[in-house]
Amino acid sequence: MNAEFKQSILDALNNPNLAGALGRFSEAYRTSRAKAYQGIDFESLRTEIAAVKSDAAGRFEELADMFQRNAEARGTKVFRTSDPHAVNQYILKLAMDRGVTSIVKSKSMASEEIHLNAHLEAAGIEVSETDLGEWIIQLAGQRPSHMVMPAIHMTKEEVADTFSDKVEDGQQPDIPQLVKFARNKLRPKFLAAEMGITGANIAVAETGSIVIITNEGNARLVTTLPKIHVAIVGLEKLIERFKDIAPILTALPRSATAQLLTSYVSIIGAPVPNTDGSPKELHIILMDNRRNEMSRDPRFKQALQCIRCASCLNVCPVFSLVGGHVFGKVYTGGIGTILTAWFDALKQSDEIQSLCIQCGACKDVCPGKIDIPDLVLELRRRLAVEQGQPLVQKAAFSIVNNRRAFHTVLRAASIAQKPFAKDGFIRHLPMFLTEMTEFRSLPSIASHPFRDVFKKIKQEVRPHATQPKPEKAAFFAGCLLDFAYPEMGEAVVQVLNKAGIEVVFPEGQTCCGAPARYSGAYEVASQNALDNIRALRADEVTYVVSACPTCTVGLQHDFVANLESTGHTDALPAARALAEKVVDFSTLVNSLVEQGRLKFKDGIAPQRFTYHDSCHLKRTLRAEQTPRKLMQQAGYELVEMQQADMCCGMGGSYTLKLPELSAPILERKLVHIEQAGVPLVLIDCPGCVMQIRGGLDKRGSTIKVELTAQRLAENFQ
Amino acid sequence: MTAITATFEDFKLRAEAVGAQVEKVPNKSAALDFIAGVLLREGIADAPGARAVWAHCPAISSADREQLTARVPGIQFDVTRDNAAQAIAGISQMDWALADTGTVVQIADTVDQRLVSTLPALHIALVSTASILPNLPALLSRVDPRKTGYLAFITGPSRTADIERVLTIGVHGPARLVIVMVDELPSNKIAPEKTTSDKIASEKMAVSQ
Repeated sequence: MNAEFKQSILDALNNPNLAGALGRFSEAYRTSRAKAYQGIDFESLRTEIAAVKSDAAGRFEELADMFQRNAEARGTKVFRTSDPHAVNQYILKLAMDRGVTSIVKSKSMASEEIHLNAHLEAAGIEVSETDLGEWIIQLAGQRPSHMVMPAIHMTKEEVADTFSDKVEDGQQPDIPQLVKFARNKLRPKFLAAEMGITGANIAVAETGSIVIITNEGNARLVTTLPKIHVAIVGLEKLIERFKDIAPILTALPRSATAQLLTSYVSIIGAPVPNTDGSPKELHIILMDNRRNEMSRDPRFKQALQCIRCASCLNVCPVFSLVGGHVFGKVYTGGIGTILTAWFDALKQSDEIQSLCIQCGACKDVCPGKIDIPDLVLELRRRLAVEQGQPLVQKAAFSIVNNRRAFHTVLRAASIAQKPFAKDGFIRHLPMFLTEMTEFRSLPSIASHPFRDVFKKIKQEVRPHATQPKPEKAAFFAGCLLDFAYPEMGEAVVQVLNKAGIEVVFPEGQTCCGAPARYSGAYEVASQNALDNIRALRADEVTYVVSACPTCTVGLQHDFVANLESTGHTDALPAARALAEKVVDFSTLVNSLVEQGRLKFKDGIAPQRFTYHDSCHLKRTLRAEQTPRKLMQQAGYELVEMQQADMCCGMGGSYTLKLPELSAPILERKLVHIEQAGVPLVLIDCPGCVMQIRGGLDKRGSTIKVELTAQRLAENFQ
Repeated sequence: MTAITATFEDFKLRAEAVGAQVEKVPNKSAALDFIAGVLLREGIADAPGARAVWAHCPAISSADREQLTARVPGIQFDVTRDNAAQAIAGISQMDWALADTGTVVQIADTVDQRLVSTLPALHIALVSTASILPNLPALLSRVDPRKTGYLAFITGPSRTADIERVLTIGVHGPARLVIVMVDELPSNKIAPEKTTSDKIASEKMAVSQ
């Protein structure tokens, strides 16, 4: 990551306006979005949208033909091109031919994508953006930081200064006045312009119609007052049927701005008369710019299901800190990263893709059902293939990939850390490692890793009456639990023993491969998968259990994906057989409780606790309610913190690569924990425990942080 | 009729939630009384910058127009780009209302319909109670997109939150939307009297039901 990019992150973080505006928005958005979707089955709605858009993406050319035929039959001119430059040329020529001197535009991301304004202005044509946010950005000489709210990064003071500098002196930072000023200044431009340019939110092939939505009413003026209307439409806006407008218009305003519908929707199907009675000249440009190529990519085709609502930005823990000028180019945030890689160039996404912490929050809210984190990983993988891995990373993985070397290094580190470790924490590290402990203490590496501790555990397994046969579980510890938190492993063994399950610890197990996978090093991740499949001998046990959700996701989902993507097809049956046996600790315990094989102690003293959702447990394993329920059954009282499912900033190796972002994400989490006002936080992921426990330790907090398994172990009979 | 009343309540709730004013009246003459009152309170007068523009409404006869002009001098029924840009208020008749979003919808192929509902700061929308539909899919199944040039949906007044996310009403479109829901109103679906705008009326008749 280059120094300039790191600096841009620091600048954004140190901009209090940005942090304030984005932070408040991100909090408010969750609530208002949920309210807007009340009474709507979001899953079925987005399944419908994904189907409609995916179908269209599979036959862009056919639908573009259909659109052209139907639109031209009614007098619209349709121009199709794969070349973004040709779009600029077409519009410029049209403007020149018609003697156009001024143009009004309503919002069009496609025009931003091709830098249309600069092209027209270079020819001496006045171009005025009319969406308030876009106008502010245009005057300030910036680019939009958010697809829906382009000027979200600016304060009213900055807007007033911009207006004063560029339009008319003496503007005050009073929002209603500033809005009124924009209305008054832009009105004459609407009335004078000879050409109006818009984008489109949907293009319907069977009718040749386009759908444009706005809240300000500017698109209605842009499409009504000038005699020429040009609409620039990316191919991904095509759908076949008119009736399929409904699901998109149901989701788009709700996801974008938490509205049931925007103030204005215009469905334009043909040129309509101008104010002087002459027919409108309507040009619709269907722009490819690599969308067809994208649709033929089996992985990235799904990104064309995007309806440009920007909800992936709004829920992103990173975007809400740094905004779109760091996190994106023309298109910003999660989807922006993917679109940048395609519409611009893969290498253009190199830095911005590294901002993704893989928490999966965007995937949960995407109305186009796009697996954005997965596509970001795929970018990472392709970048690693194209550019090679960074040397340090390569060296690190070559150790991780060698089980013996890896374990030797960790053991050596346990001895080397001695001068820094106290009460199980490392609070300061010297030299270039200081930033690791600046914002949170680190756990010291255990003097005896779990793999050694395990051998000394005396397992007393009493088969339960309802149990048909003796059961064995292979325990997959994961690195953090093995080398930093062996006591968590002991808790797991205790609980399973109580339920009549014998635990085995396959010695050959190694890293689950998540660090390599999340860095795009799929070959390394595949080797990790192969080693673990061999070591775990799934056929000899009833369960393969892990107390780390990331490892569980690795064993259950990613092994197969890693092996598939690296062509290790011969190992797939074994990977699938393993996946069948894999279960996360809380889910297994819950089923054991339901079977009556585990019983809570009587008279447990009621305790208040709050629960932090680990990203993988909630968003991949979908097991986030289970630990809450178990602790409540034990007699504990749950006090939900704000945004319990917001990432803690750990993100595996993310915290090493981007400590400057990991720290403020953690900070936000700690504030929410403290606001809950309870003495205990329970978590199901050792990584989150490490991050949050370390952060609270740094703040001198007395709030305890434990793995749910540890509390459960104390409370079962 | 009870079903329709319930739908009206839904519509009113949704429309008011987004800042529209909703007034229900029994018939056309009550509607015209109400609108005349609003216009007079707004200071509509036959003076530059104080006028109102009234687009062709299937329900409004030439006699109605004469009466209105007598009561509120300053209403102009001949809508042009210039007088719409100067007007304080614009009045039009919408074709449908959507209960689940509080939206009014109009086939706005003729430009006067859009001028009166975009340029003035106040838009008064007449709509018939019988034209309330439950939702968007119901509307899309009734419109023939191949015969429609410009289908316009309006939900509340013009708004923005582009500066510091503070909701501000009235950017480029009207800052005020008054919806007058009329129980007995000749709508576009019922043949209007023969007027000079027969052509427009018959175009609208083409809308499939």
